[in-house]
Amino acid sequence: MTRVSEHINQALHDLMESDPSVHLLGEDVCDPYGGAFKVTRGLSSRFGSRVRSTPLSEGAIAGVGAGLALAGDKAIVEIMFADFVALAFDQITNFAAKSTAMYGRPVPVPLVVRCPTGGNRGYGPTHSQNPQKHFIGVPGLSLFEMTPFHDAGDLLTRMFDLGRPCLFFEDKVLYTRQMHDTGDLFRFEVAGDVARVYVDGAGPPDCTLVTHGGLVHRTLDAMRALLLEDELVCELLVPAQLYPVPHLPRLEDAPHVCVVDDGTEGGTWAAEVATALYPRLWGRLRRPITLVNSADSVIPAAPHLEREVLVQAVRIRAAVREALS
Amino acid sequence: MTVTAAAPPRSPRPAVADRDLRSLLLIRHFERALLRLFERGVLSGTTHTCLGQEYVPVALSALLRDDDFVFSNHRGHGHFLARHPDPHGLLAEIMGREGALCGGVGGSQHIYHQRFLSTGVQGESLPVATGVALKLAGTGALACAYIGDGTWGEGAVYEALNMASLWRVPLLVVVEHNGIAQSTPTSVQMAGTIAARAAAFGVRHHHVASADVEEIRAGLAPLLDAVRTEPSPLVVEFATHRLGPHSKGDDTRSPEEIRRVRESDWYDRYAEADPERFARIDAEQRDLVERVVAEVSARPAAQAASAPSAPSPEARP
Ligand SMILES: Cc1ncc(C[n+]2csc(CCOP(=O)(O)OP(=O)(O)O)c2C)c(N)n1
Ligand SMILES: [Mg+2]
Repeated sequence: MTRVSEHINQALHDLMESDPSVHLLGEDVCDPYGGAFKVTRGLSSRFGSRVRSTPLSEGAIAGVGAGLALAGDKAIVEIMFADFVALAFDQITNFAAKSTAMYGRPVPVPLVVRCPTGGNRGYGPTHSQNPQKHFIGVPGLSLFEMTPFHDAGDLLTRMFDLGRPCLFFEDKVLYTRQMHDTGDLFRFEVAGDVARVYVDGAGPPDCTLVTHGGLVHRTLDAMRALLLEDELVCELLVPAQLYPVPHLPRLEDAPHVCVVDDGTEGGTWAAEVATALYPRLWGRLRRPITLVNSADSVIPAAPHLEREVLVQAVRIRAAVREALS
Repeated sequence: MTVTAAAPPRSPRPAVADRDLRSLLLIRHFERALLRLFERGVLSGTTHTCLGQEYVPVALSALLRDDDFVFSNHRGHGHFLARHPDPHGLLAEIMGREGALCGGVGGSQHIYHQRFLSTGVQGESLPVATGVALKLAGTGALACAYIGDGTWGEGAVYEALNMASLWRVPLLVVVEHNGIAQSTPTSVQMAGTIAARAAAFGVRHHHVASADVEEIRAGLAPLLDAVRTEPSPLVVEFATHRLGPHSKGDDTRSPEEIRRVRESDWYDRYAEADPERFARIDAEQRDLVERVVAEVSARPAAQAASAPSAPSPEARP
């Protein structure tokens, strides 16, 4: 068993070992600290000046990463908390992403900006957000998220192969979970980009859920309760690529689809997924796709208040039950 | 335009006043209590203590007026308690209990109480403080913003300093230069100096090496008067030391370095200077904090306030 943070750490080691053109920059990423969440541990000791602890300068380090990429190398930039990627918004959207196209010819910018996301840790309003939605629909920019099922090394390679900047979201609670762990009831397979988690031998599902990596465990908790207490069989699809929304398989026969998204209400990833699915499933759907999001609220520091705002298993279960009732 | 504090007078040092000692020890015991609560698993999230740096806000608090605005950062418990000796309200905020300063929404790093405001995003406050100072100009009040040395990496700091200088606003930037940002020593994250950076914007700079509350005030009083009356911005840089970890359990400094840093602690120095009085006030503040912890821990959870769609006029400072 490997913790997700250790798995990503190993993937970074392997990538930097196999590709000497890869640089990594971020605040406090060097040893012995190894990053706020220890994901970069050991890298500076092994790869020297290709790994740099930077000043507190999120905007500039995203730009420096883009510069290294423009000059023919590859760069991984760690933003300590995803909330602070707001400070790098200009460099990412107006420079890195646009440069791939605005000079009238394709310009490769192999840049990956890693963003530790999410709450349920009591860190408060500026250290708990899921800012994925703010980056949806930026031409030239792709969004990925770590899941317990996808190999981080494959994802990093894919992102660099795109030749365009990517944001890679990593949920901070997911860091502490084990890779490939679905509990006793469920099995998973990864086909193409999408992981499918299902109940072995249960027959066709009553509902297919779609979510991103950080919500997998809360969604599985809901699916477990739905199965054992409500006798509803659910299947879960987890794409690693969030945007552009990839093809989500096997939905043609799904009696119901529910998209679960940890971002706050309004302009959401869940709505983007639904927008991609409606033309395809129109005429087959029996009811509108259910969207579950965190509340339209800042994320409180106090755990009992935070819990109310963020998507929890009980909310997912209630939403599925209500839709199917 | 660097003004260096007068060489510390050898002796006799003016004794620290009871009021200041109380404030210093309230902050010290409050934060020690926080670390204990974390160890017991009672607190969630994280906390940044100002152990060793308490004298900075304590020295400043006597020079600030009620109509001044104070902007604080992640390491803000001392900034708050030196200005508002309300450990109940602050602890309730950190614990999410009834009577919390901000309903438990903000927590340790996001507090707005009267004219005190903190935020957990580094560098964000300086432009806002400049705007508040622009409004305060001419009233005699100032906006004071605490930032760390590491925060000088953020571009917003320079954009704010430029405007503050151009527009001659009463902005007091208090730099707690503890030589480190999280785990990164200042030597590898700051080129040049804070003094030279202030000079580049034509902003006065004052360096404070002393940890003596009275001595610091004596040096600062005329400078703060100038901030208020001219008005003009001022950067005050304190050479200080972070005794504890950045947040909790994340200190990667060597044991020798931590020992060296601990030698600078005001606590032992004040204790030696006047053992009896120190012991009395120390015990008094320790007991006070213990009572605060017991009382606040027994309170029910803070109720979520329903967010108003628009701020009420009373919510304005
Ligand atoms: C924009 C932003 N980037 C990064 C962080 C994470 N962070 C919090 S405190 C800190 C170090 C701050 O160092 P300094 O300004 O010297 O203050 P000190 O902690 O030493 O008091 C970092 C990197 C943050 N809160 N905000
Ligand atoms: Mg510092």
